[in-house]
Amino acid sequence: MTAPLTPESALESHFVDEDQPEPDGSGPIVSKSPGQLARARFLKDKLSMVALVIVVLYVLAAISAPLLVKVGFLDPYATNQDLLNEFQLPIGAWGGISGDHWLGVEPGVGRDVLSRVWYGISFSLAISLTATVIAVLIGVSLGIVSGASGGWVDAIIGRAIDLTLAFPQTLMLLALSTVAVAFITETLGVPEGNPAQALYVVTVLGLFGWTGVARIVRGQVLSLREREFVAASQMMGASKFRLYFREILPNLWAPILVTFTLIMPAFVSAEAALAFLQVSIKQPTPTLGNVLSDSLRFAENDPVYFFVPAILIALIVVSFNLLGDGLRDALDPKGHQ
Amino acid sequence: MWAYIVRRLFIGVALLLALTLVTFVLFFASPVDPARYACGKNCSEQQRDQARAALGYDKPVYEQWGLFMKGVVAGRDFPADEELRAAAPEVVTHCAAPCLGYSHLNSSTVNDLVKEAAPVSISLALVALVMWLVGGVLFGILAAVFKGSFIDRGIVGLTLVAYAFPTFFIAVFFLKYFAVKWELWPYPTYVSLADGGLASWLGNLIVPAFTLALVFMAGYVRMTRAFMLESMTEDYIRTAKAKGLKQRKVLFKHGLRAALTPLVTMTGLDFATLLGGAIITESVFAYPGLGLLTVQASDAWDLPTVIGVVVLAGSFVILMNIIVDISYAFIDPRVRLG
Repeated sequence: MTAPLTPESALESHFVDEDQPEPDGSGPIVSKSPGQLARARFLKDKLSMVALVIVVLYVLAAISAPLLVKVGFLDPYATNQDLLNEFQLPIGAWGGISGDHWLGVEPGVGRDVLSRVWYGISFSLAISLTATVIAVLIGVSLGIVSGASGGWVDAIIGRAIDLTLAFPQTLMLLALSTVAVAFITETLGVPEGNPAQALYVVTVLGLFGWTGVARIVRGQVLSLREREFVAASQMMGASKFRLYFREILPNLWAPILVTFTLIMPAFVSAEAALAFLQVSIKQPTPTLGNVLSDSLRFAENDPVYFFVPAILIALIVVSFNLLGDGLRDALDPKGHQ
Repeated sequence: MWAYIVRRLFIGVALLLALTLVTFVLFFASPVDPARYACGKNCSEQQRDQARAALGYDKPVYEQWGLFMKGVVAGRDFPADEELRAAAPEVVTHCAAPCLGYSHLNSSTVNDLVKEAAPVSISLALVALVMWLVGGVLFGILAAVFKGSFIDRGIVGLTLVAYAFPTFFIAVFFLKYFAVKWELWPYPTYVSLADGGLASWLGNLIVPAFTLALVFMAGYVRMTRAFMLESMTEDYIRTAKAKGLKQRKVLFKHGLRAALTPLVTMTGLDFATLLGGAIITESVFAYPGLGLLTVQASDAWDLPTVIGVVVLAGSFVILMNIIVDISYAFIDPRVRLG
């Protein structure tokens, strides 16, 4: 996992950084902060930059989709039976790609595939982002408390992690869905259908996904709590809450950012898997996962419709992973040598 | 050492108890009548009452949990009714310890359902394990040896891409394109070792197991690569090279050793998870393992089966954790002291 960001390692990287001018008198020696060094390293990493651009494009797509639907540029719900032949397959080569339908039309009902996947990105990213925020919030809080307080609190949180990991995740997500969605609609009063379904998915993904974050954060806190500023703040009578969340937490942003970037793609995949198991948001509202699982019926007859959502999922998963790796390499000078 | 093992086992038992308790609370805290689930979707009022009484759903949750645990330890009768057993012993099903429950819908104990499904999941998990372990370690070493080169980037990139595509997409792609459209491979259906012999069993498992292995391959490549890179800078590797050992020996005998402990841990836990059933792979390929069993049970609202498999799969993971921890303690004395 992420190695601790100690000042020693930051100093080490000071000496090995290639951007530093040679101290032979040819130029002034410029000192850079660890943050500046990390940024320089990240900007130099071409693969991560490409990944970043793709991630930004997806985010832009996700934000713009609802607006474009409102304007009428995208129409994920309109059916076009006239574009389908007698086998309900799109007329024309490549899944019915045309000037009006850039990625063709859906077999069966003839909805525009571009609109479906574009709008689907919105829902997929919204779900994985919310679930990631939940997982990171739980993981960071429990990780800090666990690492900083130690003793029986640490032991209990450690066992809670073991217990959470012991549950067969996919199986639980699937099996609990009927019971939990009933609970959400009947007890919490959330409207039936997709709102309840979405709430269920983000909650369970968050509740099962926090363990990795907690472990990483705990490890970081274990090394941080030996530092002088923690002792100083304790001496000044800081409350536990202040110590944990005002003193220790700000030092953890780097590993948290990296884990955040690495959990996001896992949850994009998870949403797809859940859509396949009919647990995620359901049609006609599109997500990348449910568009892909809908396309399975036409896998060999309409390859365009089958491959487009799959490639879109794979692309964002790969990009987020590369971005996470790049951030880790940039922020962690030890791993960079 | 013994103190450590006893402590670890004790924690394991506590975790198992917590696992079953949490499962029960989760499934019974819902406003929906559990008898409705246990009995299935198409169930009359009368059948539902029968199911409720037979499975003890009229009792409070903690009491039912107690009954379940009693069944695990000592076995149980369904329905647990002394008079009925005396009057008509043929309608009472005895479920021997460790009893995982009784599926009203299938009129069979969950143990029997599991016994039928488990060999499929175990076969799939075993073959997949061999594939991803061999592939992951070999490619990981290769990537480490050619660090930064085209080969390194290709291996790490390709396994990442294979991981990034959803499993059900890859499974359907293999089925619909490789087996149906291009006819490169016969359509895989599960053939047990006893029915078809080794060749047929393995031949049918290769495609689903490969699908499953792709999910894990990327992680193992990355880990092997990282640990190899770390260990290859150690002094003992320089010594081994300097004394003229063959490259192969340096890599496999000296370099790989450092990566072995974390690899074994990860393998153990992943394998334990898979033993509980590979839900998506089994669903797409229609392999009647524990994963498909749960999907069907969950669709049909067959609650006892779902709970039984959850508890079983959870105990695999807990058990494997204990084994891994104890073997760690043997290897590294610091673990048992800490």
